[in-house]
Amino acid sequence: MTDRVFAAHAMRIVDRRGDPSGRGAVNRERFVRRFKDEIKRAADDEFRRRSITDVGKGGRIAIPGRGLQEPFLRHDEDSGSRDFVLPGNREFLPGDTIPRPSGGGRGGPEGDEPGEGESRDSFAFVLSREEFLALFFDDLELPNLERTHFAEITLERMRRAGYARAGVAHSLAPAMTVRMSIARRIALRGALAERIEELERALETADPAARAAIDSEIERLRRRRDGLPFLEDVDRRYRAHTPTPAPATRAAMLCLMDVSGSMDERKKDLAKRFFTLLYLFLERKYGQVEVVFIRHTETAEEVDERTFFNDTRSGGTLVYPALELAHKVIEAHYAGDSWNVYVAQASDGDCGADDGARSATYLDQRLLPRLRYFAYVDIPHVNGLFNRPSDLWRSYGAIASAAFARRQVHGRGDIWPVFRELFARRQAA
Amino acid sequence: MTRPKNPGVEAGAARERPWPKLLTRPSLPLPPAAQPRAAEPIARGSEWSGEALERFDAALARHSRRLGLEVNPIQYELITAEQMIDLISTVGMPVHYPHWAFGKHLVAHERTYRKGQSGLAYEIVINTNPSLVYLMETNTLALQVLVMAHAAYGHNAFFRNNYLFQQFTQADSILDYLKFARDYVMQCEQSHGWREVEKILDCCHTLAPYGVDRYRKPGRLSVRRERERQAERLRFAERHYNPDHAHLNARGDEGEPPAPAFEPQENILYFIEKHAPRLAPWQRELVRIVRKVAQYFYPQRLTKVANEGAATFWHYTLLHELYDAGEVDDGFMLEWLSNHTDVVAQPRFDSKAYRGINPYALGFAIYRDIRRMCEAPSDEDREWFPELAAGSWPEAIAFAMANFKDESLIEQYLSPKVMRDLRLFLLHDGPEDKTHYEVRAIHNEPGYLRLRQALAAQYRAETHVPQIEVARAGDDSERALLLQHRLQHGRLLDGDGVDAVLAHVKELWGFDVVLEELDAAGSRLKVHRV
Repeated sequence: MTDRVFAAHAMRIVDRRGDPSGRGAVNRERFVRRFKDEIKRAADDEFRRRSITDVGKGGRIAIPGRGLQEPFLRHDEDSGSRDFVLPGNREFLPGDTIPRPSGGGRGGPEGDEPGEGESRDSFAFVLSREEFLALFFDDLELPNLERTHFAEITLERMRRAGYARAGVAHSLAPAMTVRMSIARRIALRGALAERIEELERALETADPAARAAIDSEIERLRRRRDGLPFLEDVDRRYRAHTPTPAPATRAAMLCLMDVSGSMDERKKDLAKRFFTLLYLFLERKYGQVEVVFIRHTETAEEVDERTFFNDTRSGGTLVYPALELAHKVIEAHYAGDSWNVYVAQASDGDCGADDGARSATYLDQRLLPRLRYFAYVDIPHVNGLFNRPSDLWRSYGAIASAAFARRQVHGRGDIWPVFRELFARRQAA
Repeated sequence: MTRPKNPGVEAGAARERPWPKLLTRPSLPLPPAAQPRAAEPIARGSEWSGEALERFDAALARHSRRLGLEVNPIQYELITAEQMIDLISTVGMPVHYPHWAFGKHLVAHERTYRKGQSGLAYEIVINTNPSLVYLMETNTLALQVLVMAHAAYGHNAFFRNNYLFQQFTQADSILDYLKFARDYVMQCEQSHGWREVEKILDCCHTLAPYGVDRYRKPGRLSVRRERERQAERLRFAERHYNPDHAHLNARGDEGEPPAPAFEPQENILYFIEKHAPRLAPWQRELVRIVRKVAQYFYPQRLTKVANEGAATFWHYTLLHELYDAGEVDDGFMLEWLSNHTDVVAQPRFDSKAYRGINPYALGFAIYRDIRRMCEAPSDEDREWFPELAAGSWPEAIAFAMANFKDESLIEQYLSPKVMRDLRLFLLHDGPEDKTHYEVRAIHNEPGYLRLRQALAAQYRAETHVPQIEVARAGDDSERALLLQHRLQHGRLLDGDGVDAVLAHVKELWGFDVVLEELDAAGSRLKVHRV
């Protein structure tokens, strides 16, 4: 056997590096599926901790270690007797005693193999972006997302479109120009050479009188052939550009939230999910999205995300100042056609009736023309006491613009329909 | 296998050598260097190339042949780190049926690897024919050659020659069988839903340690025969189908109680596959698959020290042969020796890094000492191992690799010198004193034999896996399954584990399951029932 193997030594080596590595994914998927509840709980915590713009990234999560271990039978370390051998004796002699370590007989002979770093309390691993998003969207009852197309604000953008004969000096295309020059010279030289050959043949049979004329003609043609100019106007080529419509790629998202005392944790959590979802949609569409947080009670202010979600303030609710501030921010930073501006507002809608009416008018006439879209989510109280439509909800009912949507959200499952409405309506339009 | 610094070193520094003992360059005369020295190393630097690997493989083959190492044909597979993680998660098999536990290992490894907490295993070798050896592309040249010597020659030779592997595994059919298993499991998921399949597999995995025939050699695995058997089972069911009786016996096809004279059975999964009253045919197939896979891995569980020790001994020996033949340079040696040091490090029992006895360290020490005793026996060795002293070391090593498992290898070959080097000592933990361990023996003349026996016993399968047998089944009206645990040294089962495991057994058996714990005299100490 040995001889046969080694007689003609040839190493058998197979390069598997290019093989698709789907095998791990199958088991990974089964793991996530099995511990979906635990993982989702952990992902929820993680979600709460994260900023809106980071939700769409994968990341490390930890789930409780209990239940992850497949059970097996083992001895109770406290019963019976056992002998075990340990390495590294320093001073012990037979008959010595060593205090028994507390917490069972771990460290005995049944130690695990090194490298299996896995504690019993928690099991941490990294979720990919897709897995994380799948968990995030899971509760939101999203249908399978279809690519939706809706009206775009478009800009004209110049795109390369071949070569032109005319143009400005800086867009001259030298390589193409030289190529044209070579082509021209080859073509002309060929034609001249043909004519010269013809004349030379005529020369052999011509009578002496005509010879002189033919000779001078040949001479003229030869001079022309050798003196072809390197570059002529007709050779010049320029890089051509044509204007093509391109979607504007910059987007800004303004989050407006009522942070008055009546907005409790549940409402804020719903609002955060709503904002996040909108962010993810916009990010997918535009690549980069700027986010502005405006919170308001009776007054409005622009704040950072942490303050926005975590800082509670007391006070009544006035929506109007927030809309005004939003308008101001848009004017200052996001004016012009190149910005797609979205505003998302979340509130429990508890404002005075006159503030509601004033806000609706302002929104309809001043703000909406500047926006791609305005989405309002109304988060009513849980108990039935206040279950009549809120003031703001009723006031906003008067707005008929296609760029406006409002929706009541009672639980996580209600958030998605806002988006369905947002995109479906656009599609129809 | 990365190793944190050993915090225990400072205390005894004065008496200890500053370097690990196992790593000193052999002070023994090497076999007569009749071979010519190469003028140039085979390759320099740390970048590997296919061509360099090929020349190294040829050199390793030459040296191993000279030293009488018999190996199966080798197939190297070049893979990425990602693929290595995939492989590790499925216990090294390139094909396996899908299960969440593999996914769990996958995500755990992925994380620690990404964080840089652990390096990847350098090598995976599979007991197949040809032997598959995985080379990870991120390894340096020295590491690749280390892996080749360790896996492709060391492990490979062990798989090929060791009696357990010869008797218990079929290297040429395992991959086909796993492919068959994977397809079957996926097909079951399609037709019975993944929940059902997962439930059965979970239950079987818990019992996998009890799914092996420990003494009877298994029949050969053959995909074709497996398929025929499945078809036969189905045909039998169809032929004996009687619509009048169908409603009486809708759940299972084997309602007959087993014969009254019942012999205890050690292979619980086998018993369940054949006799569980309520399992559907496809569920029996799943039980069978887990059982067969467990059987394939059974010898590996018994030969951790022997196998890793042999592989480590051979990479150490072969790479030194390369060096002595001038085929590698000093830089190359320093590089792999640093990895080698990490692998064979044995932290002291009181160090933070201590994770039990390192099978690499123990195995390597035993095999090295066999060689030493052959080449330069001391008086002590002549007394303890007269048959080794001044024998031929390659023969002695080959014999030790072929005929022993961990337990018997230690019993046979653990020499006083190795016990002294590792400073082994024996602790006793008994019911007399629950607050202290007692030191029963240390590495001195009166203690050697006792230490050796105790360490060997530690590698007996029974020491780790409680011995459970099927004692009786289905002969009462409740159709209960009776399992018995015969206590060794009065050690009871850990209560948490028992309930969870029994719940799984019940799932498979379909009726009550009782587990009795009996002492040596046969009196009942404890009864678990689910």
